Amino acid sequence: MISGDVNVGKDGKLIEIENLSKIYKTGDFEVHALRGISLNVKKGEFVAIMGASGSGKSTFMNILGCLDKPTKGRYILDGIEVGGLNRDQLAEIRNKKIGFVFQGFNLLSRTSALENVELPLFYCSISQKERKEKALEALKIVGLADRVNHHPNQLSGGQQQRVAIARALVNNPSIILADEPTGNLDSRTSVEVMEIFQKLNEEGKTIVLVTHEPDIASFTKRHILFRDGKIKSDSLNNDIKIASEVIKYLPKIDEEGE
Amino acid sequence: MKFLNILLAAFRALHRNKMRSFLTMLGIIIGVGAVIIMLAIGQGAEYSVKEQISSLGQNILIIFPGSQQQGTTRSGAGTMTTLTEEDAAAIAKECPAVAYVSPGSRAGGQVIAGNMNWQTGIEGVGASYLEIRKWKIEYGEFFSEQDVKAASKVCVLGKTVAKNLFQDSDPVGQTIRIRNVPFKVLGVLSEKGQNSMGQDQDDVILAPYTTVLRRLSHFPYLRSILVSAVSPNDIPKAQEQITSLLRQRHKISAWEQDDFTIRNQADIASMATATSEILTILLASIASVSLIVGGIGIMNIMLVSVTERTREIGIRMSVGAKSRDILTQFLIEAMVLSLLGGFIGILFGVIGSKVVSGFAGWPTFITSFSILLSFGFSILIGVFFGFYPARKAAMLNPIDALRYE
Repeated sequence: MISGDVNVGKDGKLIEIENLSKIYKTGDFEVHALRGISLNVKKGEFVAIMGASGSGKSTFMNILGCLDKPTKGRYILDGIEVGGLNRDQLAEIRNKKIGFVFQGFNLLSRTSALENVELPLFYCSISQKERKEKALEALKIVGLADRVNHHPNQLSGGQQQRVAIARALVNNPSIILADEPTGNLDSRTSVEVMEIFQKLNEEGKTIVLVTHEPDIASFTKRHILFRDGKIKSDSLNNDIKIASEVIKYLPKIDEEGE
Repeated sequence: MKFLNILLAAFRALHRNKMRSFLTMLGIIIGVGAVIIMLAIGQGAEYSVKEQISSLGQNILIIFPGSQQQGTTRSGAGTMTTLTEEDAAAIAKECPAVAYVSPGSRAGGQVIAGNMNWQTGIEGVGASYLEIRKWKIEYGEFFSEQDVKAASKVCVLGKTVAKNLFQDSDPVGQTIRIRNVPFKVLGVLSEKGQNSMGQDQDDVILAPYTTVLRRLSHFPYLRSILVSAVSPNDIPKAQEQITSLLRQRHKISAWEQDDFTIRNQADIASMATATSEILTILLASIASVSLIVGGIGIMNIMLVSVTERTREIGIRMSVGAKSRDILTQFLIEAMVLSLLGGFIGILFGVIGSKVVSGFAGWPTFITSFSILLSFGFSILIGVFFGFYPARKAAMLNPIDALRYE
């Protein structure tokens, strides 16, 4: 059994990656998506992974999220060596330690916001009452307490992404992984979503976010730039923008889908 | 708890596609309904055959003379002249498993009463014939042992004969002429109805077998001996005792075959029920074909559903669903389809068989066995045809499933 508690190593490392490679074989060709990545992420960090498309950042994200396995290298998440785990053990890691936010929201259609948020809890032993309580709590955090019974098609894009964030939060994971979370959103909604991420980070959540927009990355604390399957640069952001401040200067748009 | 969640998810998925779920179930509904109706008809037929056979009387053994053989030419059963009145008397005296014995002879002919006449069969029987056949006298009385010994010219009429010769007047005490021999009518038998072959059992005249042998058929041997065993369990014992007694009396050596045949009620019954059982199996197996077609329908829809919901499967996997969870979810969906279909199919079958028996006038019988069978069969179909699509879903790669458009 893997607990959701954060077991930070002696030096506070939540993620330790050493010389990670991923090679895809398509026919006779070998595609080197990742060529020896090494990096550490400490608890409480807010990291933006940037890079052009094809730079390997999505592949890296999939491995980070235990959706895919590396070809070579070591990946230790929260003290657990992930490389040696089987399918079901990886599923359990995803369930207990990782919260996912996708570009396309990936909510279940024709299913209420509440049930969507409850989904990760369906796959662990927890009472129905506790499940509902936790899901409502998570929806409250993202500011959707009044939309619990709405279906995704009755919610705006920003609201859908907030449901997805609530779903990522509900299991109290060690890390939240967001793959282009603002890719399908307009600029004001994007900032609203970043505001939620900043709030969660302030409360101690570790967040790794993939984006190709520098504007979005400017809300994070650390920037890692990928190019051709390698890390090109890894630097702290000295000029962090505060989303709740930025939003005041953006023109208001009527919320759609009401 | 976790299982309950998966069950809930399966129900929700089916609820979301109500029309499709219903149409898929329809295959199972029709299949199960058809199996139940066919079994009901078959078992109804079986029941009525058994009913008719038991209406012949119970514990009955019939002894026929064997077939005659001259050189290589063999005549049919009953052509041998081996059974005598003395054989019948010996059976009654020496076989403890035998309760009643009624020697039988037969004659046919025109029967005249006043200005009416009627062609019918005259059965020569013993005084205990009615006890063996469980038959009753409606009015008047049956002839006695005394009448049999004396070969009195007395008789008892079947209901059909009484109606045709006397209409509404009372035949008791009247005289009828059978082949110009006058017989006094002692009584009228109660109605017995048709036998399993559709013959009118009431179209008969019963007379002492001695009278029939001496006055009508002028033939010294018996056509048959009707015997009843003390109880149904004693039938094999009675058969054994009669066989050894008759072999001894007829001086048949150990390597020779019997010159008589004994048929018992159980043989006749098992023959007839075997026939109707074959009918039941035939009907049910034709109906099961539609059940299997229904199962293939489930598999088809589940495969479509898995493809259509690849993204959903990806989402579920990304939040921590294991292969087993996905497998269970889709398997349960298939099973809910087939079980629900099975349940509605049973209702449909029960109503359908009532309608069939109402319109066609056939007896139908729904046993708990046929309900359990079709219910079990539909569960099996759900598992069997649901497994492949469910496994396909469970084996999906999470990333591929998430990227699926």
